[in-house]
Amino acid sequence: MIQVQNIYKSFSGRTVLRDVSLDIQEGSTQAIIGQSGSGKSVLMKHLIGLLRPDQGRVLVDDVDIGTIDYQQLRKVRRQFGVLFQGGALFDSMDAFENIAFPLRTFTTKTDEEVRHEVQKCLDLVRLSNIGTKKTDELSGGMRKRVALARAIALRPRYIIYDEPTSGLDPETSNTINDLIKGLAHQLEITSIVVTHDMHSVLQIADRVAFIHNTRMHWNGTVDELHESSDQILRAFVKANEYIIAPRYSSNNQESSEVTQ
Amino acid sequence: MPPIVLRITQPFFDIGRFTMLMSSAFMSLREMGTYWQNFQIQLVRIGIDSIPIVALAAAFSGAVTTVQTAYQLVSPLIPPRIIGAVVVPSLTMELGAVVTGFILSGRVGARIAAELGTMRVTEQIDALEAMGLNSIGYLIVPRVLAGIVMLPVLYVAACLVGIVGGIVAAELTGVVSTGEFIQGAREHWNFFGPYFGLIKAFVFGFLITAVSCYIGYYTKGGADGVGRSTTRAAVMSCVLILVADLILAILLL
Repeated sequence: MIQVQNIYKSFSGRTVLRDVSLDIQEGSTQAIIGQSGSGKSVLMKHLIGLLRPDQGRVLVDDVDIGTIDYQQLRKVRRQFGVLFQGGALFDSMDAFENIAFPLRTFTTKTDEEVRHEVQKCLDLVRLSNIGTKKTDELSGGMRKRVALARAIALRPRYIIYDEPTSGLDPETSNTINDLIKGLAHQLEITSIVVTHDMHSVLQIADRVAFIHNTRMHWNGTVDELHESSDQILRAFVKANEYIIAPRYSSNNQESSEVTQ
Repeated sequence: MPPIVLRITQPFFDIGRFTMLMSSAFMSLREMGTYWQNFQIQLVRIGIDSIPIVALAAAFSGAVTTVQTAYQLVSPLIPPRIIGAVVVPSLTMELGAVVTGFILSGRVGARIAAELGTMRVTEQIDALEAMGLNSIGYLIVPRVLAGIVMLPVLYVAACLVGIVGGIVAAELTGVVSTGEFIQGAREHWNFFGPYFGLIKAFVFGFLITAVSCYIGYYTKGGADGVGRSTTRAAVMSCVLILVADLILAILLL
């Protein structure tokens, strides 16, 4: 379980997070939503200790990751897989090597076992025959899927998605959403999705946390989100509606095609 | 804080952060086994791949030094073999290390800063850290160690090629024969020259790679930030080579 307790964070005197608290339950899919620049990605970086809060605590399985030393922090981080916004694939390696990298670095698997594991990861993200492609030869959607395959290579307990659908066309976004949902189910993984895409949220999340003006403005389930009368939250959701309506209807159709 | 104060305090901030980065890199040495393959790659990129350009620069430096020394020693009282006695120490004590250092500032320093800077702005460094890998150990230690190991090797190569360049220039221009050049060099040979040059090469190797790693690792912004880091790394490396060259001369001569 991940617990964020009353954290504050400022950069050069500008407050980005103010008294933010959040509990992320084991096995759930938690969405963190908010406008661009609202501090979502900053909160995400706190979860794996890439940033340390000015005040407050982040607990991963009751361990305060702000107070442990670097070696212990690295052990905590190995329980996480992270899909960065642009994929963050290592461009000095091809797609296969990117996925194999954590396996070669952190396990004692033989080359044959690594190849087998990489293939399993590629199957999970529904990609094939792209192993030897250089990262700059991959499309945006493929990059995200290779990055996702790399993130799940060590079978983490938690996976963090930073804007998983940004910059993707609606069809590819639906495929990624479908993958996130499928992986959470197949690998019994706790997922944290940082996004401003309400279409994704409605499709994949169990719980939603809304950050507004540096504060945790609203936190609840997707059903509670639908029923909420909070004006600011409704305004944020409504701003997405014109996108959600056509895509949500097409998504149902595409999801069934993918399943087939 | 007012911008003027920030500008004044920035160098102190940089020195402090550089020291902390290098101490983290030093602490990461115990994990060298994990980064061994990366170290070997850097040995090739920093050392082997630099041999052609270093050899070219060294050959011309040796040739030019020979021709200019001959031009200055016009007195019939000075035997031509003195040219060898001047050119070889010039190469071993100064030119071999400094020319190699300058070439590597542009070739290796700029490359390291661009590479690490791009990795920073595209979140590849965050991805390494998020995996639980020590990014300083993985990215910086192999580069700095490769610089420290390969600069002295390149320095030796530069001196040898520079001497050959000098001999060829002497023969082609007829200022001194090969035999006299070598005789002059042997008569005035002093082991302190290459010893001094090797110390310089070792220090330059550390400065170029460590400073470029520091600038690249803390790059901010997008393509513009990477561009600024690349230029800054090349310029800073050159300036530090000049300063270190003087300090070493004062300390060791």
